[in-house]
Amino acid sequence: MSQGAQGRRGGNDWLREALPKIVLSPSLAMVLIFVYGFIIFTFYLSFTDSRILPSYELVGWENYSKLFRIRAWDTAVSNLVIFGGLYIVICCALGLALAILLDQKIRAEGFIRTIYLYPMALSFIVTGTAWKWFLDPGIGLQAVVRSWGWESFTFDWIKDGDMAIYTIVIAAVWQTSGFVMAMFLAGLRGIDNEVLKAAQIDGASNVALYRRIVIPQLRPAFMSAFVVLAHMAIKSYDLIIALTGGGPGTATELPATFMYSYTFTRNQMGIGAASATIMLMAIAAIMVPYIYSELREKK
Amino acid sequence: MSSNASATVVRTGAGSRFVIYTLLILFCLYYLLPLYVMVVNSLKPLSEIQAGGMMALPDEWTLAPWASAWSTAQIGVEATGLRPFFVNSIVMVVPAVAISTVLGALNGYVLTKWRFRGDTIIFGLLLFGCFIPFQMVLIPMARMLGIVGLAGTVPGLIFVHLVYGIGFSTLYFRNYYQQFPTELVRAAMIDGAGFFTIFRRIMLPSSGPIAVVCVIWQFTNIWNDFLFGASFSDFDSQPMTVALNNLVQSSTGVKEYNVHFAGAIMAALPTLLVYIVAGRYFVRGLMAGSVKG
Repeated sequence: MSQGAQGRRGGNDWLREALPKIVLSPSLAMVLIFVYGFIIFTFYLSFTDSRILPSYELVGWENYSKLFRIRAWDTAVSNLVIFGGLYIVICCALGLALAILLDQKIRAEGFIRTIYLYPMALSFIVTGTAWKWFLDPGIGLQAVVRSWGWESFTFDWIKDGDMAIYTIVIAAVWQTSGFVMAMFLAGLRGIDNEVLKAAQIDGASNVALYRRIVIPQLRPAFMSAFVVLAHMAIKSYDLIIALTGGGPGTATELPATFMYSYTFTRNQMGIGAASATIMLMAIAAIMVPYIYSELREKK
Repeated sequence: MSSNASATVVRTGAGSRFVIYTLLILFCLYYLLPLYVMVVNSLKPLSEIQAGGMMALPDEWTLAPWASAWSTAQIGVEATGLRPFFVNSIVMVVPAVAISTVLGALNGYVLTKWRFRGDTIIFGLLLFGCFIPFQMVLIPMARMLGIVGLAGTVPGLIFVHLVYGIGFSTLYFRNYYQQFPTELVRAAMIDGAGFFTIFRRIMLPSSGPIAVVCVIWQFTNIWNDFLFGASFSDFDSQPMTVALNNLVQSSTGVKEYNVHFAGAIMAALPTLLVYIVAGRYFVRGLMAGSVKG
């Protein structure tokens, strides 16, 4: 290297050192502003008297105390508990069952897997539209069964305030259970077959093999499935909009739809921000420990 | 799902195998049912659906619902059909996917091969950003897009999807590059290769599979998004999902179920095609997004 180049070397070294950070910085800046900055902004708004527009007048915990007195929020939270609980439990049970069945050296396994998983590629709006009309008593399942001759057959959950939330569960399980199946199947494929063979020689029944040996080893898959499903349940928005629009009345309102309607149609931005903050807290309670443990293990 | 891992060694008798196959086929029917309903009813006249024939094959086959959904159906207040919104979605998806994938690749490269103090924390910050409820950013984002004049435009939507897509694309490339032998990168550094040369000559040539995974994931997510589309677009810039919802929910006149089903298939077709053509990569993306690594 010539003398002239030597002079620039200091600069080059600095650049060499800093270049990776420079490359990373636009992404980091975007995330810091548009994720964390915006979170702080919304959090701040939840303590202000913002209505149609953001206001910076602080009102303490008023929005939160108002929020907990609103009946629709109550409905939204208890709906989330019902929906989330059933959604997680049914998806896991169905996913595990299908994975175990598919793991029995099935012919055309790949083909069947493809069929179980394709709903995951669809938009919740598409899923919602399909199920909305299929469950509609006027033209869907109920009308079809009646036209087949069973005149008194009734299936009108989607129009029934007490039952409509379960139609959300039906459609959501349809969409996601194949994915949960894939997660469990991957877990099953990771299990050491030698242990199973040994237990078989000892005369253990198939049921015992699965209960004692296989399923306990699927703990990581259960963990992942739980985290993914819980986080999807809390964020559920599109499906409700497409399937029931939150109705009948407010019967299928969830926190996500509540936040949207209070903020953008009812012009109660402070209360909307408070509800969004509570959603974030719920998600953080699930995701932060999960991400933390994942990143620690990787070190 | 790696193909080298084998199925269970648990043995099953002929009777239980019959039960297993029956169950598996029944579930195939369960998963295919809504698709069947959509396809069949998009090809029959409205009167057949109204007469309770939703499960039956069409008596009279017709493509009219498809034509109507594509070009004449009432979306909101105007009878434009879904075509302009399909175009919106394409125009929105392509740059958002391309840019977020490139940035994700660079970020993943930095975070694994040019490590520095605090890089894990930065990755954690990026990662958590993928999972936040987006309700938490809707209000400030709407304000900001308004201030910079991007509210209600397709570029505004591209920007939003880019910002909230970076976390996942970084996750994919980081986990992938972590498996890549660092010795190769070290050797190239000693030979005097610079940051971008190493990326172009050494990392990129072996990044094919993960790039496919990332593109498919971003494409599916952004195409299927509804929340951002509903929040930040106006009539002319709404994406396909929002337009479909407006078509289905519009309360004026007779409900044209067959047109709704045709529209729903149109909205589903691009992601479904990707899934059928590259399902393996789609599943890998799903898994990497949940069971990290």
